[in-house]
Amino acid sequence: MTDEFTHVILADDDQDDRDFFTEAFQELKINTKVNVFQDGQELMNYLLQPDSILPHILFLDLNMPIKSGIECLHEIKKEERLKDIAIAIYSTSASDEDIERTFVSGANIYIKKPNDFAKLKKVLSDVVTMNWQYHTSGLNKENFFLKL
Amino acid sequence: MKLYLKFDFNKIAKVALEKELEKLNINYRAIAFGEIEITDTLSQEAFAVFQENINEIGIEVVENQKSILVQKIKDVIIEMVNQPEGVNVKSSVYLAEKLNHSYGYISNLFSEVTYTSIENFIIIQKIEITKQLIIENDLSLTEIAYKLNYSSVAHLSTQFKNLTGITPSAFQRIITKRREIANNTI
Repeated sequence: MTDEFTHVILADDDQDDRDFFTEAFQELKINTKVNVFQDGQELMNYLLQPDSILPHILFLDLNMPIKSGIECLHEIKKEERLKDIAIAIYSTSASDEDIERTFVSGANIYIKKPNDFAKLKKVLSDVVTMNWQYHTSGLNKENFFLKL
Repeated sequence: MKLYLKFDFNKIAKVALEKELEKLNINYRAIAFGEIEITDTLSQEAFAVFQENINEIGIEVVENQKSILVQKIKDVIIEMVNQPEGVNVKSSVYLAEKLNHSYGYISNLFSEVTYTSIENFIIIQKIEITKQLIIENDLSLTEIAYKLNYSSVAHLSTQFKNLTGITPSAFQRIITKRREIANNTI
């Protein structure tokens, strides 16, 4: 990980959440490049361009106007070019069943948005580290689930 | 005639690299400048040819000594956790002997490069094997725990939950449902 970076994208309609997210990554010692989108439609418009740079991890807020995180997830899993992106659902709390449903639909990570900044940094660092293991250690991505 | 030229070095390098990759029919996806991901599994011979070709045009594959050792550490760990009988020495002793470095050195280097500890990496590997065995569905969780040298099935379950956030049975449910969906869409 020394001379490489992790490219992440977040789609979230909440300005504050986007800012916290970007700031948290800036403070981590991990090299990351963060792009943000304000809703699912904007995100999909970007991803579906044939020359878009795909992220290592895509963070999706579930409740967004125009196009929800779940709709994005379903669309992404149907696209040959996009289906292997690691997907992290980034949302306020949900029931265990809802969480399981997102995993069944193809999400790899479920993050309950932490309410303090230190915890957010810890969670994001765990996600990137674990994703990196799957990326570099030949682990089976089909079996990649992480709930934080 | 004298011409004054302006070069876009990034573009030159990118085009040259693309030509070399295409010449050998290597599938790849460009990630960023100075970094490519080859999506094929290349044979050693093919990789050597590729390396030689790009060296000729002034491009070199950066091989970081530290990264190479880290890869060796990972290989030894994977081999260690996959031994059917387990190893009868502590993993720190095993790694130090296999790699000919002190455990302190190995362990610091590993954390520095991967941002995770060796201990944690061993756990990740063992939980990955557990997942694979759950999917194969031949062994009960108790048998899996025994096979992987856990003191009890509770210990394995706890470690599984701590690492992944979900229980082994939730994992099994998710995999089963994913398969059902995949089968229904075919």
